[in-house]
Amino acid sequence: MQSIHVETFDDWRDAARRLLASGVSPTDVQWIGGAERSLFDDAPSPTAAGLGGEGTTPSVPKAFLELARYVACHRESGRWSLLYRMLWRLTHGEPHLLQVTTDDDVHQLTLMRKGVSRDIHKMKAFVRFRKLETGGAEEQFIAWHRPDHRIVRLAAPFFARRFSGMHWSILTPDESVTWDQTSLHYGHGVPVSEAPDEDALEDLWKAYYASIFNPARVKVAAMKREMPVRHWPTLPEATLIDDLLRQAPARADAMIQTNEGFAETAAHFMPEHGDLVSLRLAAATCRACSLHQCATQTVFGEGSPLARIVLVGEQPGDREDIEGHPFVGPAGKLLDEALEHAGIDRRDVYITNVVKHFKFRETETPRGKRRLHQKPDSREIYACRPWLEAELAAIGPQVVVCLGATAAQPLFGRDFGITKDRGKVMRTDWCDSTIATWHPAAILRMQDAVRQAQMRTQLVDDLASVK
Amino acid sequence: MDVRDKLTVLADAAKYDASCASSGSKTTRPGSTIGSTEGMGICHSYTPDGRCVSLLKILLTNYCIYDCQYCVNRISSDTPRARFTVDEVVSLTMEFYKRNYIEGLFLSSGIIQTSDYTMEQLISVAKKLRTEQRYGGYIHLKTIPNASQSLIEEAGLWADRLSVNIELPTEGDLYKLAPEKRKPQIEGAMAGIRDKIDETKQEQKAGFKPPRFTPAGQSTQMIVGATDTPDVEVLKTASQLYSLQNLRRVYYSAYSPIPHADARLPGQSPPLVREHRLYQADWLIRFYGFDANEIVAEADQNLSLDIDPKLAWALANRHYFPVDVNKSSREELLRVPGIGARNVKRILNIRRFQSLASGDMKKLRVAWNRAKFFVLTADHNPALLNLDKLDLRSKAKPKTKQLLLFDAASSALSGEV
Repeated sequence: MQSIHVETFDDWRDAARRLLASGVSPTDVQWIGGAERSLFDDAPSPTAAGLGGEGTTPSVPKAFLELARYVACHRESGRWSLLYRMLWRLTHGEPHLLQVTTDDDVHQLTLMRKGVSRDIHKMKAFVRFRKLETGGAEEQFIAWHRPDHRIVRLAAPFFARRFSGMHWSILTPDESVTWDQTSLHYGHGVPVSEAPDEDALEDLWKAYYASIFNPARVKVAAMKREMPVRHWPTLPEATLIDDLLRQAPARADAMIQTNEGFAETAAHFMPEHGDLVSLRLAAATCRACSLHQCATQTVFGEGSPLARIVLVGEQPGDREDIEGHPFVGPAGKLLDEALEHAGIDRRDVYITNVVKHFKFRETETPRGKRRLHQKPDSREIYACRPWLEAELAAIGPQVVVCLGATAAQPLFGRDFGITKDRGKVMRTDWCDSTIATWHPAAILRMQDAVRQAQMRTQLVDDLASVK
Repeated sequence: MDVRDKLTVLADAAKYDASCASSGSKTTRPGSTIGSTEGMGICHSYTPDGRCVSLLKILLTNYCIYDCQYCVNRISSDTPRARFTVDEVVSLTMEFYKRNYIEGLFLSSGIIQTSDYTMEQLISVAKKLRTEQRYGGYIHLKTIPNASQSLIEEAGLWADRLSVNIELPTEGDLYKLAPEKRKPQIEGAMAGIRDKIDETKQEQKAGFKPPRFTPAGQSTQMIVGATDTPDVEVLKTASQLYSLQNLRRVYYSAYSPIPHADARLPGQSPPLVREHRLYQADWLIRFYGFDANEIVAEADQNLSLDIDPKLAWALANRHYFPVDVNKSSREELLRVPGIGARNVKRILNIRRFQSLASGDMKKLRVAWNRAKFFVLTADHNPALLNLDKLDLRSKAKPKTKQLLLFDAASSALSGEV
């Protein structure tokens, strides 16, 4: 029985080569790692280098050397003898042994390799550099990490490639490594007390970690499996986990509770019969959005139930809200003129709005309070749309004319742009020929007189085109 | 608003996005001094929702002119808003990366001003990282709907991966919840990226050295459970995307309740296990040669929640079994529940030298509790007697507790069955 002392993979390879060349069977060798020797041996054991005889290099699959390099870093003390037994079998009649993953030796080696690979992966993932505040021009980064196996040399080249333009050191209890932007230098193990204990950036990192966590999905077991608890002490963000978990149920509840959408739409207020008279009556009590709270009354559409043309505006204004009829204010006057020029009798068309309540903001002026028109938002438009749809269904017009972008977008979609799409006849779900043109109010607001006249002409032309 | 506050708002807004992979680029960009992309991506942390933190996943801004109902950033939502400057994102990425917190940047944005303007902002972040910081780490940019093709092509020069979100499984769903988005536009953008990728590959083959273009390919995300579209439609859409657009990944994101949600959306999320089943089924389509139609066996067109899709398929196709582990082909072995692609490869290797008995199968760590009902081994396998029995489903089904704690969570990201 020979006793061989090895520390590293290279020691083992040298020894194994010689033993194999001399035909020493695995059962005749006792492999001793560093720690065991000092415990049981007073006299120094023969080292790998002390074995005489240069043997011929045995031919083994490349995959085995790769496997052995990994297994050598495992902390299990039986690794050297297991590797030698494997080498022996590979060179004594079982060259395909590595393929037979169900073999006990192969199985055990594979598990050991897996443990080492996983540990390397965890090191790549969980090393956290801290910037050293040296005041010097060159930034210095230091990390302290505690791997399960002796993997520093296997993992260090990765960090050299990744952080090549950076001065960094990784300290572990067994070994340390430093990169000076040219080469790697290995040194002694370092206790955690010698590593820097904070970095100004950790606060930002924790803020990110807390925000990216979705409290509606909690899977603690999955987290712990991938991020073993023994690594938590070196991960700054891990200090947040308890709090995040404690708050999660309440936060998820709050997410579900703060449902700000329209609890209702006008669909809930639809009358049994879809004729215009029933619709108008039902719409008077609509509470589908909050606009009814401030507006004077619902301003429903008006006009011939047999109309060939339906005109759709945005929403009633101040005058309309007080009088209860659509397009009776200044914009209504302009629309009347335009209809007349286009040769259309207002009594032959049906006029309505996308939103049926006036939305406004109150301001104090020297002459008292004034109600300033506000654009309805998409929630209000969505809540009110069933009324428009019911009106269109009851009338079945041949042409729908949308006045302005706010009226057009609910029918054409948000891609619609009034400047580029004005006057085009398009097919929508509500009517085969739907067109959009300027809202009379937009013409009134136009400061440039030339442009205003042009818009006026375009409005008349667009109306005339559908006559 | 300081950077910390912005980070809180703009990371919070990105937390509903499921995509996290940081792999697929095989080599690091030449000339980089900080950052690498090699091999598989690395998850640097995990949050208590079991999902990994691999990338700095943020929005450039959560202001948005669109009004997609499932999205917390839609114009009509009253969620707090913030906007990063390009330099702030560049600096955050570099500083986080240097401390090894992250594997790269995943940048998305709400749409401000116009699609092209927004896309230009995303591009300038990526370009600055590459050219000024000589950053070689991973960058994933989410393209902005309706951005012009030339901008998407420029983005592909700086990014490792581009994604165009399909958002919802069918055109009808889009119409209902994202009326501003159109399927042809989305697919047009995907096809544009695909063409450019193909072009780059052809030039490489011909011996030229074209500039890098999204070396990690393109991916997409689909929200599941916001509408009642069944799984079979979800999977059909996914397989079309894999075959027509050559996507690397389709991410399924179980619709999560969002604050300030529209009332048309469900208040509760669908069980996460549904999302997990979709990943499993997706895996079967990509690596196991299954077709979307055959995977979904249930009458309601949805995947079974209590058993995995491969087991469900096997139970519905018992005439296909038993499969002989010592004689059957690779394709046949791949269809056995509990035996994964890696183990199929091992089995084919081992049986060249020796035949496999049930003990060997256990050593390979196949899920023997499922596999045993469907395979012939070199020794006697008594479990095979159950193959034609009515109660096979309940026998092969994993315990519910196991399913939730281990089965569902473990492969939720990889999707491996």
